[in-house]
Amino acid sequence: MTQEIKRILESVPDPEIPAVSVVDLGIVRDVSAERVLITPTYTGCPATLAIEQMIRAALDAHGFGDVTIETTLSPPWSTDWISDAGREKLRAYGIAPPPKGAGASALKNAEAAECPHCGSMQTEEVSRFGSTPCKALWRCKACAEPFDRFKCH
Amino acid sequence: MENALPPLAAYAARFGDDSLILGQRLGEWCGHAPALEVDLSLSNVALDLIGQATHFLGLAGAIEGAGRDADKLAFHRDVMDFANCLLVEQPNGDFAQTIARQFLFSHYQALLFEQMAQVKDERFAAIAAKALKEVNYHATLASDWVVRLGDGTDESKARMVAGLDWMWRFADELFVMDDVDVAAIAAGAGVDKAALRAAWDARVDAVLAEATLARPAARRPIVGGRVGRHSEHLGHVLSEMQFLQRAYPGASW
Repeated sequence: MTQEIKRILESVPDPEIPAVSVVDLGIVRDVSAERVLITPTYTGCPATLAIEQMIRAALDAHGFGDVTIETTLSPPWSTDWISDAGREKLRAYGIAPPPKGAGASALKNAEAAECPHCGSMQTEEVSRFGSTPCKALWRCKACAEPFDRFKCH
Repeated sequence: MENALPPLAAYAARFGDDSLILGQRLGEWCGHAPALEVDLSLSNVALDLIGQATHFLGLAGAIEGAGRDADKLAFHRDVMDFANCLLVEQPNGDFAQTIARQFLFSHYQALLFEQMAQVKDERFAAIAAKALKEVNYHATLASDWVVRLGDGTDESKARMVAGLDWMWRFADELFVMDDVDVAAIAAGAGVDKAALRAAWDARVDAVLAEATLARPAARRPIVGGRVGRHSEHLGHVLSEMQFLQRAYPGASW
C-alpha cells in the first residue's frame, strides 16, 4: 500500500515546474499507510498550498481519502534532496539543475552553472532571482541563450 | 494593550511582526522597481519574509492558545499591539534607502537565526533553520547592491550614503534586550541579541569598506517598537495591509 501511494505521488507534478514531480523535488519526505509527510521548499513559496491540495486530490482520487498529509519544517529542505532523475528532467526542461551536494557546499551559487542548452560552463548570472523563489536567471556566453538556474539551497 | 500575548507568544510575534512589516514594505515595490530583475528580487525577498511571518505568528497564536492564527494576528491587531522593530516600518524612500534597510536587517536576521536554530525549543529552532538559508541569500543580495551603489557613480553613492544615514539610527534597537527576551532564553527559546552586535558590526563594516563608504556617524538611537511605540509610518502600512479584513471581517476566497 505504501508503494502504491508512492507511485501516486510520483505522478503529482510541481505546480510551478510541471516537468518534475513532488517526489523528484524531495518535497515528499516520508510515506506510510496512514500519512504523507511533506516539507516546503521556501517558506514563502506560493506553491506550497497548491502542492498540498494537489497531493490531497491525487490521494482522494485513488481511494486514499483516509491518508493524512502532515507538514514539517525540520530538517529544512535542501536542493540536495532532488533526485538524480529529477535533475535530468530539470535539465531537459531547460533549467540548470543544482549539482548534487551543492546545497551543503560553501561555494553554492558562486560556481558557474552548466548551460542546459549547450553544456558550456561559460555562463554568468543576470539576476539573483527568477520567475519563482527557487530559481535565478542566468545567461550562456557560448550559445547566448538565457536560462533559469535552480538555485543551490 | 488588551490583546497582550503571553511572554513566549509575544517573543514569537516579534519576529513574525518584523518579517511581516518588512515583507509588506518590499511588496510596495512590486511593479515599481527600477528594473525587472530588481522587481523580481524585492518581491521574492518579500515572499520569503511573509512566509517567515506566517510561521512565527502561527507559533505565537498556538502558544497563546486562544484560537488566533497567523492571519488573525496579522490583520486584526492594532498599531500598538505590533512589536516589530522601527527599522522595518521605515518608508522605502528611493531604491538605495530600501537597500540600506535590507542590508542592516538581513545581516541581523542571519546572525539571529544562526543562534535560534540551536535553541532547545524545537518550534523556534525549526523556523530559524529553515529561514536562515533564505536570509543568507537576502544578506548577499543587499550587500552586493550596497557595494554596487556605494562604489558606483557620484549619484548612486550619494543616495547610498543618504539611505544608510536615514536607517542607521534604527539599528541599535535590533540588539536591545528586555524582559521578554530574558524570559525566552530561560524557556529555552531565546537568543542573546546583544551578543550578536560585534559580529554584526564586523559584517557590516566589511561590506561598507568594499563599497568605499564610511560608517555613518553614531546618532541617538530610537527605540520603542518592541513595546508598541511606533513611528507614524506603521499606521499607514497597516491601513493598507489590513483594509480588506477591517472592511469585510472574516472575508475569504
